[in-house]
Amino acid sequence: MKREGHRSVLEKAIEIMLFLGAASSIVIVFLIVIFMMLEAYPALNPDFLLGWTWDPKKEMFGIFQTGVSTIYVGAGAIILATVIGVPTAVFLSDFCRYNVRNIIKPSIELLVGIPTIVLGFFGLMVVVPFIRNSFGGWGFSVLAGWIVLAIMSLPHIISISEDALRAVPSSYREAALALGATKWQTVKKVLLPHAKTGITASILLAFGRVMGETMAITMVIGNPRVSWIPASIFDRAKVLTSTILLDWSYVEIPSLHYHSLFGIGVILFLIVALVDVIAVYIIKEGMWKRITEVASWWKRR
Amino acid sequence: MIDAEKEESVAKILLWAVSLISVSSLFAIFTYIFLRGSKVINLEFLMTAPNPIFWAGGIFPQIVGSLYLVALCTAVATPLGISAAIFLSEYARNNFITKTTRFFILTLAGIPTIVIGLFGLTFLVYRLDFRVSLFSAGIALSFLTLPWTITVSEESMRAVPMEYREAALALGATKWQTTWHVVFKAAAPGIITGILLGIGKALGETTIPLMCGGSGLETFLPRSLFEPVGGLPVYTFIFATQGNVSSAVDRAFGGSLVLTLMFLVLSASALVVRNRYQKKLRK
Repeated sequence: MKREGHRSVLEKAIEIMLFLGAASSIVIVFLIVIFMMLEAYPALNPDFLLGWTWDPKKEMFGIFQTGVSTIYVGAGAIILATVIGVPTAVFLSDFCRYNVRNIIKPSIELLVGIPTIVLGFFGLMVVVPFIRNSFGGWGFSVLAGWIVLAIMSLPHIISISEDALRAVPSSYREAALALGATKWQTVKKVLLPHAKTGITASILLAFGRVMGETMAITMVIGNPRVSWIPASIFDRAKVLTSTILLDWSYVEIPSLHYHSLFGIGVILFLIVALVDVIAVYIIKEGMWKRITEVASWWKRR
Repeated sequence: MIDAEKEESVAKILLWAVSLISVSSLFAIFTYIFLRGSKVINLEFLMTAPNPIFWAGGIFPQIVGSLYLVALCTAVATPLGISAAIFLSEYARNNFITKTTRFFILTLAGIPTIVIGLFGLTFLVYRLDFRVSLFSAGIALSFLTLPWTITVSEESMRAVPMEYREAALALGATKWQTTWHVVFKAAAPGIITGILLGIGKALGETTIPLMCGGSGLETFLPRSLFEPVGGLPVYTFIFATQGNVSSAVDRAFGGSLVLTLMFLVLSASALVVRNRYQKKLRK
């Protein structure tokens, strides 16, 4: 009986230890959020969020233009990656031979999370000169950013979308084919609608990664000293992450500049966290159903 | 009916073309890096220290530095991550605390690396005075890999069939004995995959070591935890962007090839372990 008691104390102690392990990530997130907020607090005001220009020499720290460029670059890259990635996933799951797929799919999975420095370097050595030679201008451009970031998120999007497509029960495929639908009709009317949630979530998660990416984008985007909204896709741009990376090495501590860099950090954190949370709720489907319900309600009105 | 057939063949051709573009562009990058990098790599390049003035020399301290960083990061993240995963999959009830924990893990997974770098720089480096060092960078890197380790390990423990647990408990094992001897052992390959993926992430990370770890041009190995360390990604970044000489660019190619190969070996072994494990579970 005594031994039993001893045992249960040990069991309880282990459970508490395990919980502390789980709680460590709460502590880390709290540390990061509170610390960032404290350091960013002096800079968080309307001048920062809606201020037009970022120019450390003139003591102007507005992130509006930089923020718009970030969304412009991120959204373009994700659209490019989706347009190329989802058809590739469809091809791999339904249109190519099984043994071809078994070679290509694992090799694409190998590339998920490839060091972004390698992609940025490739962009710097190949994509930038290519754009400079064929379209003129600097070469460092929004287009170069799109290409590099799209390449970065391609393996991710292909791999998850393909998983989502293959998770559709094969009886669905068989039923559609038995009704006389062609393969493409099956994909369009049955498989894609069914795999929609998985594919959307993968795209959103990739969007979060793309907005928070620093190294690859800094190497190809051009980073003019003063922020601007790029006039064309061949124009240079400045994004939130590259602003932090390029400014931290010469920033004075403490100064409004320093606090504004933390402000950018907080904004980035909020954007990516928001996108991630939306993606996870879509995976859980509740949210997605609600969106489509609301949409159909609007249509009926 | 003819329209459907036409659509079918057009769709097929388009799918073929797009897949060809995406797959070939992914592999073109590697061929390019491999071709340019393999010209630079030789024993001398791998075994000597870089020379910051002439943009010459090799990458030995950077390779070892990367390994140090990854080792420290894994040593911190693995025990924390595995205990969190065990708690979430075996012990946690579905209540508010568990949901909050999951939410925070999700948030941690989404924090951009530049934000972790900024936090590490001001909190670990300045506030706690760990200086720009191996220690600061390793700890900051573990914040990056921790959520990965947790998520992958938890998933693989959840995949262990309920019967395993029931059998162990029926034989009189305690909760912890069941968890440790049965569930954890069965899920080990999945957990190893998670750790390997985390290592791959930490290995390729540039921003955090650049801000908290050192300049990337260190010609020496750190002798203690509190000395600066240069990693391969940082070396590649500095040589690619700040050396305007062709020999510097060549060395950046060498650095990125070595980095890519290290990453591919890691992620290939993660895939092999995972596939074996899935086959075993299906049996």
